[in-house]
Amino acid sequence: MKKLEVTCIECPMGCTMCVTEDNGVFTVEGNNCPRGEAYAKAEVTCPRRVLTTTIKLKNGKILAVKTDKPIKKENMFALMDKINASRLDGEFSQGDVLIANIEDDANLIATSDMI
Amino acid sequence: MINYDLVIIGGGPAGLAAAIKAYDEGVKSILIIERENSLGGILNQCIHNGFGLTRFKESLTGPEYAGRFIKGVKERNIEYLLQTTVVNVTSDKLITAVNTEKGYFEIQAKAVILAMGCRERSKGAINVPGTRPAGIYSAGTAQKYVNMKGLMPGKKIVILGSGDIGLIMARRMTLEGAKVLAVCEIMPYSSGLKRNIEQCLNDFNIPLYLSHTITDIRGKDRVEGVTISEVDVATKKPIPGTEISFDCDTVLFSVGLIPENELTKGAGVQLYPRTKGAIVNERRETSVDGIFACGNVLQVHDLVDFVSEESEIAGKSAADYILNGKKDATYITVKEGENVGYVLPQKVDLNSQTTKIYFRVTKTLKNVEVSAKIGDEVVALKKKKVAVPGEMETMIILPNKIKNQNGEIVLSVKEL
Repeated sequence: MKKLEVTCIECPMGCTMCVTEDNGVFTVEGNNCPRGEAYAKAEVTCPRRVLTTTIKLKNGKILAVKTDKPIKKENMFALMDKINASRLDGEFSQGDVLIANIEDDANLIATSDMI
Repeated sequence: MINYDLVIIGGGPAGLAAAIKAYDEGVKSILIIERENSLGGILNQCIHNGFGLTRFKESLTGPEYAGRFIKGVKERNIEYLLQTTVVNVTSDKLITAVNTEKGYFEIQAKAVILAMGCRERSKGAINVPGTRPAGIYSAGTAQKYVNMKGLMPGKKIVILGSGDIGLIMARRMTLEGAKVLAVCEIMPYSSGLKRNIEQCLNDFNIPLYLSHTITDIRGKDRVEGVTISEVDVATKKPIPGTEISFDCDTVLFSVGLIPENELTKGAGVQLYPRTKGAIVNERRETSVDGIFACGNVLQVHDLVDFVSEESEIAGKSAADYILNGKKDATYITVKEGENVGYVLPQKVDLNSQTTKIYFRVTKTLKNVEVSAKIGDEVVALKKKKVAVPGEMETMIILPNKIKNQNGEIVLSVKEL
């Protein structure tokens, strides 16, 4: 039986939770909502994060971007390298998909208009 | 003379929400004046998520949150001027502004909403010893360089201040390939959100040195290193013998936000030292009739969702003032009691509807009772598990509790 302390990042409350693992079954205590429970379970099996960064365009402008789903925490820097190596060509606005399936079913989308 | 019913100074989240609300309440002659080259304010450089959880039940990035309100302004065809700086506001609501197109010009308004936000406290303001090489930035400036100009301020970073801005930049710089060697915090606790300690520091094993400050910066033309020291918890003075040195090329200062109230002072509006913002009543009206304030220029907020909520109060009140004239009212003062750093509003109309008083505690307190009293009479009471200075709190005062009262409401927080 393993016990792990996890601080939730889903909302500003930042609940401190305790995850107990018993034969592959996870129990979460200390969460104040279901999102916390889901986050805690994911955190001890496969931690994920929404990646927010910027991407450069060929025309010299910048777009603020994010992954529309959380990606694997261990992949964050590899994805940063991929994003920073890109120079997108075209006109983009908030909400556009810039790199589809950047990891599995997560897409990289624009969160701002071109700056 | 250019005339508008309502002029809003600042096109960030506060100004935008106030404009939309004023419009929806019946005022159509509105002008937003913004000094940057786009609407959105500070949110434009806050590319991280976590905004809008309360208001929209979604985790949005800064630009996405701002985008919702910019859309609202554009849909209503509310006028705005960009790259225009207001240089003066009078108590008669005469605004003087400057831009490259019109030069120096004046606008007469019936009502003004102040929504100028904050600037950052500087290294100079906190007297850090050492040389003055290049490579020293406020965290917000570094954020603007990285997120809006695509430029990296440096490679090996030490950050002073563990509030949310410092924490967010620790992560941002790390993601962009810099090495963040340390985040120092003079207090024995961080004022940032716990979620940010997790996702900005712990995720990247960035050490947090509580009760520490920077006591020396070295470097001739460029930062070469810093020394940090532990400080005495009570006096905040550095403790000799606790020095730790870091070789670094960049120092970021995240040491506080100061409401930008130069224009406010110029208009003769009374300021409240505890908030560094205007003294307001529950309608967010200042001491000058027809001048309202909202957002960070009024009180430094933690969550933009509450900026929007506050700004809607100001927008509605400004509309009411324009359409129905000045409101005659008798006010009761709200004051800080035990363990309360500031209260807002500082005046409440005795005949007002339900009022929300915003406040912050002066230190971390657990198992608390928050009480609002007029003399010995309790007008509102609530219990909370924990209260920290870094999180703005609220207290609801019901209308029947203050009608026919005189005296002042004292808000206190006590550990049980």
